[in-house]
Amino acid sequence: MSAAPIDLPRWADTALVPLVSVAAALVVAGLVVLSIGESPLEATALLLKGSLGSLEGLGFTLYYTTNFIFTGLAVAVAFHAGLFNIGGEGQATIAGIFAAIACLWLAPLPGILLVPLAILAAAAGGALWAFIPGYLQATRGSHVVITTIMFNFIAATLIVYLLVEVMGKTGSMQPETPDFPKQAVLTPIHELLGAFGLKLPSTPLNTSFLLALASLVAVWALIYRSRLGYAIRTVGANPRAAAYAGISPARIIMVAMAISGALAGGLAVNEAMGVQHRLVLDFTAGYGFVGIAVALMGRGHPVGVSLAALLFGVLYQGGAELSFDKPTITRDMVVVIGGIVILFAGALDGLFRRLVATLLSSVARKPA
Amino acid sequence: MEIVQTLAVILDSTIRLSIPLLCAALAGLWSERSGVVDIGLEGKMLIAAFASAVVAYQSGSAWAGLGAGMLAAIALSLVHGFAAITWRGNQIVSGVAINMLAVGLTAILGNAWYGQGGRTPNLEGAARFPELHLPFVGALKEIPVFGPIYDIAISGHAAPVYLAVLALILTALTLKHTRFGLRLRAVGENPAAVDTAGVSVAGLRYAAVIICGALCGLGGTYLAVSQSAGFLPQMTAGKGFIALAAVIFANWRPWPALFACLLFGLLDAVAIRLQGVSLPGIGLVPVQAIQALPYVMTVVLLAGFIGRATPPKASGLPYVKER
Repeated sequence: MSAAPIDLPRWADTALVPLVSVAAALVVAGLVVLSIGESPLEATALLLKGSLGSLEGLGFTLYYTTNFIFTGLAVAVAFHAGLFNIGGEGQATIAGIFAAIACLWLAPLPGILLVPLAILAAAAGGALWAFIPGYLQATRGSHVVITTIMFNFIAATLIVYLLVEVMGKTGSMQPETPDFPKQAVLTPIHELLGAFGLKLPSTPLNTSFLLALASLVAVWALIYRSRLGYAIRTVGANPRAAAYAGISPARIIMVAMAISGALAGGLAVNEAMGVQHRLVLDFTAGYGFVGIAVALMGRGHPVGVSLAALLFGVLYQGGAELSFDKPTITRDMVVVIGGIVILFAGALDGLFRRLVATLLSSVARKPA
Repeated sequence: MEIVQTLAVILDSTIRLSIPLLCAALAGLWSERSGVVDIGLEGKMLIAAFASAVVAYQSGSAWAGLGAGMLAAIALSLVHGFAAITWRGNQIVSGVAINMLAVGLTAILGNAWYGQGGRTPNLEGAARFPELHLPFVGALKEIPVFGPIYDIAISGHAAPVYLAVLALILTALTLKHTRFGLRLRAVGENPAAVDTAGVSVAGLRYAAVIICGALCGLGGTYLAVSQSAGFLPQMTAGKGFIALAAVIFANWRPWPALFACLLFGLLDAVAIRLQGVSLPGIGLVPVQAIQALPYVMTVVLLAGFIGRATPPKASGLPYVKER
């Protein structure tokens, strides 16, 4: 094994390597299915039918996709600055608390004011919870990975305390807030399109999906078309060079983390304001961690992130349908696939690049 | 005498709660001292808890369970090593993957095999570790202060507890006083120097990662086969991360790691005892505040507000020969 960097054409690096690693991950997942005595092909067919085979399934798929777009973008933005934000779960939790406070305290406001304010509150909460680790890394030298892990747990205990002791619905056995006022609820897509005469089945898909699409465009513009994005990428590539170019790495680290956290807050907007209409415990449900897989698979680019988010949306919804038909294949299969994707597309990237490079050179060497 | 009795009982539950932390902290210490950052301690303990519960149930032997737990955790360790050492992948990314794999695999396999929502069947009899009674408990009981503490807190634990203490002593001695330990510490500080001396960097790091897996296996087995009577989904509940915090607190040294784990175990024991208790002057104690304390303390420590955390110099950096 030499340490020489592997040269790959750009299309192979950005498209082929992630595709090969995801395909390998799915094969491994298929082996797990096989090992518990089910047929991977039948499972795949059920999964695709459940997620894309009907308008209802598609609605659920896009609802899950919304969550993954937000958490995937959050990880991706931090990646561009050379930071690893594994605090998406905690940031979304704090975002949910902020959104709930806004929705419940500002209840008298009309929807046109309340909804944007609550979304801003969520973004601010997420940004705050990511800014602090960013600040500590930039000025005190504590590593952002460890700090965000610790902040995940601090947020998890904080939300338990708040929901049980402070904001909880009186008389409810569940740790949850009272319902948000009606005008704070995001419009479901089937109602929105129903107004134009389109009849769609009722699904949790709501207008935060549009917010997620807008975030994709905004992140693309920010990272690839703005001065700040250039600074973020420069710091990510080489902080010392950035400092020589007059960019303050400390400032960029804090800003990038705050943006990352604000994006993770989108998860709270979709779940709390779009679907549950109140704040419940554990609403983050691991979406923050799957976001790491989404960002790695999507190579940090919004186009890649959207495709990866769609794939995980299909897996989540299809997995739910699959577990009805095949009770032995639970939704946890998606967590396994997420883990393998992170391992293959992230940690074993070098292995797959080598594989693809060998593949390409053997194809090129063959006489046409 | 009643105060001594109460103290002994609190010390006893502190020890019970800190043993899984101690195992994982020692595991993390081995790995990180060799330069391999490991945030997958949690996942390795979880898969060990599952494997040990399954094998202990099927074979009826707790010791077979311990073997299986260690092997399962070592297998995940080797995956981490393969990515981090052989392919120089990002060690954090690999650790996250290990944690997710463990959560997903244990839930799926547990559900497919036993269909109890991911739990394994209850362990009984020889499938669990019995409480061991240390010698002279009866004779020493009458000594004031020391007697009850020896009787209640020190004696009467299961075998993995004493194995963990043994592991602590061995870790401290090996790292400090053996050639292997010296080389292992060197590889975490300056791998190029070790390489120049003709010692394999990858070999040392793989050795460290395997020891890390074995210790995670001990901790996970203790959780499932000794503390509980079987595996529960996500039963590690963040212990691997508290252990990580303990390693940082201990500045990557074995004996301080013991005290950090005992401290965090004590916090846990106190939090359980204070549930719903109203203290004079303070009122109802928010248990969550005590639970969050290890994490908050770690953040404060890392930020350099109390003392200074100095990790091994080469930790997290893949070793590249030449260039």
